[in-house]
Amino acid sequence: MDLSYGPQYDAFREEVRDFIGKHRDQAPKGQGIRSEAVRNWQKLLIQHGYAARTIPAEYGGHGGEPDILKARIIGEEFAAAQVPGGLGSQGISMLVPTLLELGTEEQKRQFIPPTLAGEMVWCQGYSEPNAGSDLASLRTSAVLDGDEWVINGSKIWTSTAHLADWIFCLVRTEPDAPKHQGISFLLFRMDTPGIEIRPLVDMTMAGNFKEVFFTDVRVPKEQIVGSRGEGWYVANAILGHERDTLGDPNAALTRLNRLVELMKTETVDGQRAIDNPAFRDRLIKIQARVTAMRFNDLRVLSSRLNDGSTDTGLARMITKLQATELRHDLEGLGIDVMGEFGLMYGKGPHLRDQGSWQNHYMYFLGLIIGGGTSQIQKNIISERGLGMPREPKAVIPAEH
Amino acid sequence: MEFGLSEEQGLLRESVDRFLDDNADLDRVRKFADDPDDRGDDIWSGLAELGVPAILVPEAYGGIGLSALDAAVVAESLGAHATPAPFLSTAVLAVAALRLAGDEAQRGAYLPRIADGSLRIGAAMSELSGARQDAGVEARADGTLHGTALFVLDPDADIFLVADRTRRFHLVRADADGVEGTLLPQVDRTRRIAEVAFTGASAEALHASDPELALQVIDLGRVIVAADTLGAGQEMLDQAVAYAKQREQFNRVIASFQAVKHLCAEMAAEIEPSRALVWYAAHALDEVPDEARLMACHAKAHLAEVGQFVGKTATIVHGGMGFTDLLGLHYWFKRMGFNRQILGGPERVREEAARVQGLA
Repeated sequence: MDLSYGPQYDAFREEVRDFIGKHRDQAPKGQGIRSEAVRNWQKLLIQHGYAARTIPAEYGGHGGEPDILKARIIGEEFAAAQVPGGLGSQGISMLVPTLLELGTEEQKRQFIPPTLAGEMVWCQGYSEPNAGSDLASLRTSAVLDGDEWVINGSKIWTSTAHLADWIFCLVRTEPDAPKHQGISFLLFRMDTPGIEIRPLVDMTMAGNFKEVFFTDVRVPKEQIVGSRGEGWYVANAILGHERDTLGDPNAALTRLNRLVELMKTETVDGQRAIDNPAFRDRLIKIQARVTAMRFNDLRVLSSRLNDGSTDTGLARMITKLQATELRHDLEGLGIDVMGEFGLMYGKGPHLRDQGSWQNHYMYFLGLIIGGGTSQIQKNIISERGLGMPREPKAVIPAEH
Repeated sequence: MEFGLSEEQGLLRESVDRFLDDNADLDRVRKFADDPDDRGDDIWSGLAELGVPAILVPEAYGGIGLSALDAAVVAESLGAHATPAPFLSTAVLAVAALRLAGDEAQRGAYLPRIADGSLRIGAAMSELSGARQDAGVEARADGTLHGTALFVLDPDADIFLVADRTRRFHLVRADADGVEGTLLPQVDRTRRIAEVAFTGASAEALHASDPELALQVIDLGRVIVAADTLGAGQEMLDQAVAYAKQREQFNRVIASFQAVKHLCAEMAAEIEPSRALVWYAAHALDEVPDEARLMACHAKAHLAEVGQFVGKTATIVHGGMGFTDLLGLHYWFKRMGFNRQILGGPERVREEAARVQGLA
């Protein structure tokens, strides 16, 4: 057990702190992803290696060597200073790594530099109304007509669709092939004729999610990543990236500390919530879970650093399930300690912390479901982690 | 950076596992449970050959001088095998008490004999984590002990380590005049506990009387108990998965039903982060003193909850067989139940965790 990062990393941490101290005035303050402030900040971060760190310079990245600990330190320091880090849009976190691995040279040059710079914004077209957990059953079709794909169908849960220039989209191109082998991964512009976007209001009452409808949308045939029918495998590389980012234990720790503050200030009958033994017990229970997840994360990180020399497969697989359930519980305790104030929502009076407890409580319920539901996670854990057999396939059509 | 066990710690775990697989299987555990005269001497002497009682004893006293994390690794193995052995009382609590509160002569007199496995010390210190009415031990100026100690761990030891009401430690021979032990039949038959009445027994007080030292002994004990539950819980999960893979109902192995698989996944999802928590808590005892007590509390209380969940869930996966004595699954269930209560139940320990942080 050796939890020090080592002297060269201590020096690197100092560098990051210096940078943040010097430049924090230039950081965007809530401007949208299309703002100049965001683009300038992103450019500065790439220049210094705090964003797009390991992406080759020829594609607009910083061109640094992969270093998990440096990446971790950057994340920790920006979070601690409450300064926004590099852009984490779906284009950057999901599409760019995929193109680097599977795109053609031309695609890399065309798409990666503007995406990293924040000039080209992407949305993701995966889920459909009838293809959620069973994503591979998706039905949006693309039929080749001369030099163009003709796309018909619809996508759901498409966040930022209204802001996006482009979409990376899974479509069925081989209707007669087995379902996993009939999918292709297409890239196309969101202003192509035949695309309609409708807001999908979620329980937080935000309209960030969208539904996107395609009617005879025509897309040049070379705008495909991988070959025809390989889209499922292209997309799976990306899903792995998404799951890795959902369980940030430092974010949970930040919220836990905020919760302690809330419990020290919120009073009922003149008694602070922290002085109520029942609330205090719930707090410490959650603190133990947050602590355990922090060390679980360190264990996984350490195994990755040491070339996976120790088997932490299960520790990794449980992260999405546990981290999202934990955050939901943590935010829910925040509501409970406020009592009726925990019901306040929207723009009215008596809000605590801008209503973030209520908002996150619902938002994390969404994350329990999104990106592979808790039930799908349990299938993965039991099948891949514990070696238990898959549920036998049965064809039981829904009753109509 | 390396978060995890070293190669040596892996080998330590393997050697203890191998010995217990070969020499302390469930049949051997049942014999201990059924025969009150069986002290498990063969098991303890075999473990002594591997150096288990010597782990925390400094080299200067004939020990190996390893860390709390090494002791936790051994505790995981003992929990996984539901092993009847005086590890917690003798090799952990007594060694820690002697190291922290004993003087040179006391360490020299007892530690070498603990290390070689020839001396067993029972632990009479439940008062430190929960004083009960009509119980408690008072030490008088003449060096005699008076009162009753409840829940004394490993009462068939040669000597008792007794914590008095001022949290000072004393050593007293089990066969001394004025020491009367009564076995307390209890649910976990892999451990023995007793009520011991002291009526003027002559005792030797450990040199240092600082009550803080006793709390440090408890911190270590709590991490070791948590590690025992970690091992026992992992074993119950492994047994549940193995059983589900071979048990057939409705013409399928039950491991193919999501209702069963998800129970197993939930157990794994609780156990994995617990492993990291227990390892860190053990590490903190030696290396991060500022966090040691809080982490010990978290490990003890959290593993109590995880152990309860896994004990119940693994039994359910086994169906009716889990409820029988035939499989013996209940030995682990009860061991984790025992671990939950001793050295402080989870509610009490969480309250201590709050106090450590100035929240209570």
